[in-house]
Amino acid sequence: MDEITKAVRGYIIREYVQEGDEREITETTPLISSGLVDSFSMVSLLRFLEKKYAIHIPDSAATPEAFDSVERIAALVRRFQRAEVGSL
Amino acid sequence: MSFSNVVRQGYLNEIEGIKAAGLFKDERYIHSPQSAEIEVEFPVGSAIRKCINICSNNYLGLSSHPEVIAAAHAGLDGRGYGMSSVRFICGTQDMHRELEKRLSEFLGTEDTLLFPSCMDANAGFFEACLNERDVMIADRLVHASIVDGMRLCNAMQDTFKHSDMGHLEEKLQEHQDKRFRMVITDGVFSMDGDTAKLAEIVALAEKYNAMVFVDDSHATGFIGKTGRGTHEHCGVFGKIDVITTTLGKALGGASGGCVSGHRELVEMCRQRARPYLFSNAVAPVIVAGALKVLDLISTTTERRDKLEWNARYWRGLLKEAGFDLKEGDTPIVPVMLYDAKLAQDFARDLFHEGVYAVGFFFPVVPKGRARIRTQLSAAHEKHQLDSAIEAFRKVGQKHGILGLGKQELLGRCAA
Repeated sequence: MDEITKAVRGYIIREYVQEGDEREITETTPLISSGLVDSFSMVSLLRFLEKKYAIHIPDSAATPEAFDSVERIAALVRRFQRAEVGSL
Repeated sequence: MSFSNVVRQGYLNEIEGIKAAGLFKDERYIHSPQSAEIEVEFPVGSAIRKCINICSNNYLGLSSHPEVIAAAHAGLDGRGYGMSSVRFICGTQDMHRELEKRLSEFLGTEDTLLFPSCMDANAGFFEACLNERDVMIADRLVHASIVDGMRLCNAMQDTFKHSDMGHLEEKLQEHQDKRFRMVITDGVFSMDGDTAKLAEIVALAEKYNAMVFVDDSHATGFIGKTGRGTHEHCGVFGKIDVITTTLGKALGGASGGCVSGHRELVEMCRQRARPYLFSNAVAPVIVAGALKVLDLISTTTERRDKLEWNARYWRGLLKEAGFDLKEGDTPIVPVMLYDAKLAQDFARDLFHEGVYAVGFFFPVVPKGRARIRTQLSAAHEKHQLDSAIEAFRKVGQKHGILGLGKQELLGRCAA
């Protein structure tokens, strides 16, 4: 598990898993489609990613599909990290 | 553009998609006034069936109370049917202002502004009172109307885990750089029937210099010893900055809602809240009925006391029968089934046994947390609850779920 994946997984567990919820969060656990993260609470995840990685993820890319697992979110971060570098 | 076949087919496909996802809702026609027993036509065209209603928000049984109906008649005769105006043009009668004052007294606030509904109060409040320098920190299970209201406001949005005070404190610390912080919660959560930890929320808000917003729609009139709401129940009466609530549930159940709180916040709503500015005034007949409701519930706690007794009795009956319940002490008693299909089948079978209740499942509640939400009313008599439990027991037996705990029921879902 690389650094980004680890950080995203850690954040998801801290931010969204309710006490007493025994669901295990792996890299591929569905987040949005399972109802663990809904569009209402997704905003804090987006802000965490943008702040931690100094990137901007436009609304058009912040889709439920793109946020549906730790793996996909990490891929999204990498994509926009490259975009930021490319725009320098 | 005409409503061509292509357009029509587009919508039909959407509707089919809703059906395929199991999310299609249809209405059941009721041929009687709202009450503990109602006459229902369902499906449409079938014979009318009398059944016990255990899913309405008629908590105090005032929806069809003779004194409320008489007051509404008097309001209709004295002040007419409609105002044909928004409030600030020519839609404010003396009665509107009287009701606002009476609501402020009842809720323990400085001022109140009526809205067409609490949905509108929640949709309009945040945009009117907060801006991009502020932050809104909401419990994740707040009502959909608050979510919509927050989306219309350009203040920063954040959320905390349901009733998790540690998480809320972290968020309050994180947002100390903002001009204003507002903690947002329901008083009683409509799906689980649990109560917000308002005493702890108020303490945290004081520590971190934040305002507290409470939607008390499922509490006003009956939660707390004199029915003032969740703030009374939690010992923080007079300490909530903003309360929104409805006239559409316990307080007569017609329609209308309000924002109630510090007079400056209420004034901001009067100046800027768009659902208030651009909707008609609440109809005189409703205002007159609501004033009578406040008379009735301010002079005696008899109805909320009966409701409390009914809720406790019903909870005991369900437990004794072997159902898995969400713990709580409000008149919202969710019977946990976990599986969406089971919840739908269970509600259908209950209807055939003469009990009207509804199944709730994703996306209204989280996946794997489907349930029958039962709601008590002061209008229920003991014999009706005794009949209803027989129906629940019979249907529970049919589905083989009596006596099963959460893990066993969850196991059945997975199987």
